[in-house]
Amino acid sequence: MKDYRFIGKSTPRKDALDIVTGKTKFINDLSVPNMLYAKVLRSPHPHALIKSIDTSKAMNLPGVKAVLTYKDIPDWMGGLPQHVRVLDSKVRYVGDAVALVAAETEEIGEEAIRLIMVEYELLPAVYDVEEAMRPEAPQLYEQFPGNVLPQGIRVFGSNPLQELVIGDIDQGIAEADFIIEGTYAYENIPNPLPPESPGAIVVWEGTDTLTVWSASQGPHMLKVSLQNFMGGSTNVKSIGSPVGGSYGSKYMSWQYVFPAAALAKATGRPVKLCYGKAEHLAAFSVRIGSRINGKVGMKMDGTVTFLEGDWLVNTGAFSEMAQGMIAVGCGEAQLMLKCANWNLRPQVVCTNRTASGQVRGFGGQELKCALIPILTLGMEKANLDPVDFFKRNYVKPGEGYYWRDGKWWVSKGVDFTKAIEEGAETFGWQKKWKGWLKPTSVEGTKRRGVGVGVHGNADVGEDVSEAFVRLDPDGKATIYSGLAEHGTGQRSSICKMVAEILQLPLDRVSVTASDSSINPFEFGPVGSRGTYAIGSAVIAAAQDAKKQLFELMAPKLNVTPEDLETEEGMVYVKGKPEVRLPWIKGMRYHGTCLGRGSFKPDFTLPNFMMIFTEVEVDTETGKVELISVVGTTDVGQIIDPLSLTNQLNGCLGSAGIDSAIFEETVIDTRLGRIMNPNMIDYKWRTFTELPKMEHAILETPFPSHQFHAIGVGEIAPSPGPSAILMAVTNAIGVRIYDYPLTPDKILSALGKIDIVKKGGRG
Amino acid sequence: MEPTYQKESHSTLTLSINGDTHLFALGEGCHEVSPAHTLAFTLRERLGLTGTKISCDHGACGCCTVMMDGKAVLSCMLLTIECEGKVISTIEGLGDPVTGSLDPIQQSFIDHTAFQCGFCTPGIIMSTKALLAENPSPTRGEVQDALSGNFCRCNSHYHVMDAVMAVVRKDG
Repeated sequence: MKDYRFIGKSTPRKDALDIVTGKTKFINDLSVPNMLYAKVLRSPHPHALIKSIDTSKAMNLPGVKAVLTYKDIPDWMGGLPQHVRVLDSKVRYVGDAVALVAAETEEIGEEAIRLIMVEYELLPAVYDVEEAMRPEAPQLYEQFPGNVLPQGIRVFGSNPLQELVIGDIDQGIAEADFIIEGTYAYENIPNPLPPESPGAIVVWEGTDTLTVWSASQGPHMLKVSLQNFMGGSTNVKSIGSPVGGSYGSKYMSWQYVFPAAALAKATGRPVKLCYGKAEHLAAFSVRIGSRINGKVGMKMDGTVTFLEGDWLVNTGAFSEMAQGMIAVGCGEAQLMLKCANWNLRPQVVCTNRTASGQVRGFGGQELKCALIPILTLGMEKANLDPVDFFKRNYVKPGEGYYWRDGKWWVSKGVDFTKAIEEGAETFGWQKKWKGWLKPTSVEGTKRRGVGVGVHGNADVGEDVSEAFVRLDPDGKATIYSGLAEHGTGQRSSICKMVAEILQLPLDRVSVTASDSSINPFEFGPVGSRGTYAIGSAVIAAAQDAKKQLFELMAPKLNVTPEDLETEEGMVYVKGKPEVRLPWIKGMRYHGTCLGRGSFKPDFTLPNFMMIFTEVEVDTETGKVELISVVGTTDVGQIIDPLSLTNQLNGCLGSAGIDSAIFEETVIDTRLGRIMNPNMIDYKWRTFTELPKMEHAILETPFPSHQFHAIGVGEIAPSPGPSAILMAVTNAIGVRIYDYPLTPDKILSALGKIDIVKKGGRG
Repeated sequence: MEPTYQKESHSTLTLSINGDTHLFALGEGCHEVSPAHTLAFTLRERLGLTGTKISCDHGACGCCTVMMDGKAVLSCMLLTIECEGKVISTIEGLGDPVTGSLDPIQQSFIDHTAFQCGFCTPGIIMSTKALLAENPSPTRGEVQDALSGNFCRCNSHYHVMDAVMAVVRKDG
């Protein structure tokens, strides 16, 4: 393995000083002169028609500058397909927006909200995905009969993967030694819950230019989506700020930018809209609900001969990107499972709860949390070790899959067998695994069990990135990228790549502000694409800039450009490091070199993550305690060890492992209200509850870019929930179906208490 | 003539923050401090000290942690008018703002990359500062207890523990 100067070494984050001194400006830390504050009146009913709204009292409150209702809101529409108005005459969940207020202070805005009088005509509501599909169910949208969203929409190209129909199910049935059937669901709506709630500041300049400062995870794509959704001649300038956590959820941001933009238009002033935490938890996008009624054919050696089933996706009040998540989920199912015959039929269904949006795991985690438990029924029957099963089935180089664009791709990546073996070794799997429904150890009422889960995507090379690298005569480099920092250290990592290529000290490399008016296109750091896709564009730009520099310098040193190298802002002749000149001799003080780089989608390099877990279940109290976690992966080449382990440690919260143990959004289905929209009742892991955490990280070079690396950040938590379900099942020796595994469910599974089961059934 | 003591008036409020004294008029105006304002709001919206973050705004997450008379407190749960005469320090007051030198805790957080998104970091650092002021050589368990009210969603807990344990006085 090559020894680099920066790559593979832990270097301080470029933004570290600002973070530890409190100088980092998140969106709610910003204000602009003459700014108004926006507040949203939200529906107390899950499903209702607005019969009348009286805004006169609110309008007359001193300090109120605008009150908007569905009657005077711009006709912008978001969603997939476009079906979500900023305000509508119908509300579809508790928390749906009814009216918007812009006021001089937040307090005045809140008071004005209370003065708006609304008369509703209540409609029946539906929350369960299968109930919503019944003919007599309340209908959320006229255009979506049966509450089922249409297939055949344009997302990821014109022919996205919307189902898995491959081979011949009858053939698979004939080949199977046995067939198992089951229903599992991951519908507890864990909230990604970034500490920073969604927020934006917007201002109109002239009549058609909208400047947006936001906490978006993908500010450049926000510009593209807003322009697309707003139509006409609107020109959006999108400026990203550091993102105070997102975990995918703040990638799409039109949901909170539209209201602010409407109020800014109505008042002619800048408007800030930053959600409070209750709004964030109860009225912003959450994970999709996922339920699979599945049937699997297997041979005794672990060969899966067919898989068929209905994948029912509950997207809540609207679809922000559910069909896109289906496409990626269907792709990811194939990476995990070699199977010649598939018939997996997804349906995206609307219900009367807050809408689902993208969250890390993006369809695949939700699918696997339901699908892997069904597969384990077969593993149990054939008495197969799940590690062996996953090892046998995970995609290997030369094997193919349909990806999200509906096209067939073949892996050119690496074989993860070694990573699996190393992870199992680190965890001590062989010693701890005692067989299906068998605990690892029993001590009084404490029973320990182990479980394993797997996940991976081929999205490390998704979508387009562009970058420029500008060299200045004084030996500095600036990266032009629309990348916002959302915690992975990606902005620092691309500086490391450029510093390595140009052999510059890290403090001489910087990145522009994430401003769509100065930077080229950047899809954003999602799907673990930062290292490969964004990295590739930046690397290409740095190499292009270096080439231009050498062309300028060659005549000064009487050599050809190929003879040159650079370090510390000096160019020298290879083999003669004493023959050197500073960059300024080529560029002069009035010149720069601007390199361009771009990356085009490539779905040939699947990544991989496996999580081993050990839990201890107290059969008296029903409490599940997480004892240890081992994550294993192969990243090709580590860019920054500390940033990587940070991301892998992220497998616990942000809707990962803990979504199987205690995280859930509880909806009272009599009223449609979320019962725990605050951080006391919504449970999260504290510093006193840290399990032992280890990682096995391999570095088998990938054919990605100069540094042979790929990313894994997005997928870090995804194998976790199904691994926990398996571990608890083994610990207590009883099948259990319902995430999260709270004490009531454990005691119920053990026959110690009676509770009404909701969600999945076996 | 008797000297008149204006101090008795309830129309002003004096706060000591990071060694500076700030005088506020009490009231509902744009630049005044209302009796309903939390300390977190006053720090952020009146003094521009935005290093103190508001996340849950309900005393659950610790993002707004500052020090008052040497103890870690949740500034979203304190009314500003309760803070008269107290000595308050925020993340901006750590280290030496003039020379730019950092508190050893801050330096250790940089060295261990003990954050990801960084939103909860100021609160975690202030909780740590208050702990070490009271107990310079806590055990790992004591550090975990002291930070148990600080939410970190990126799960940087492990690096935070390494960063804090690296500045804990070893002779204790």
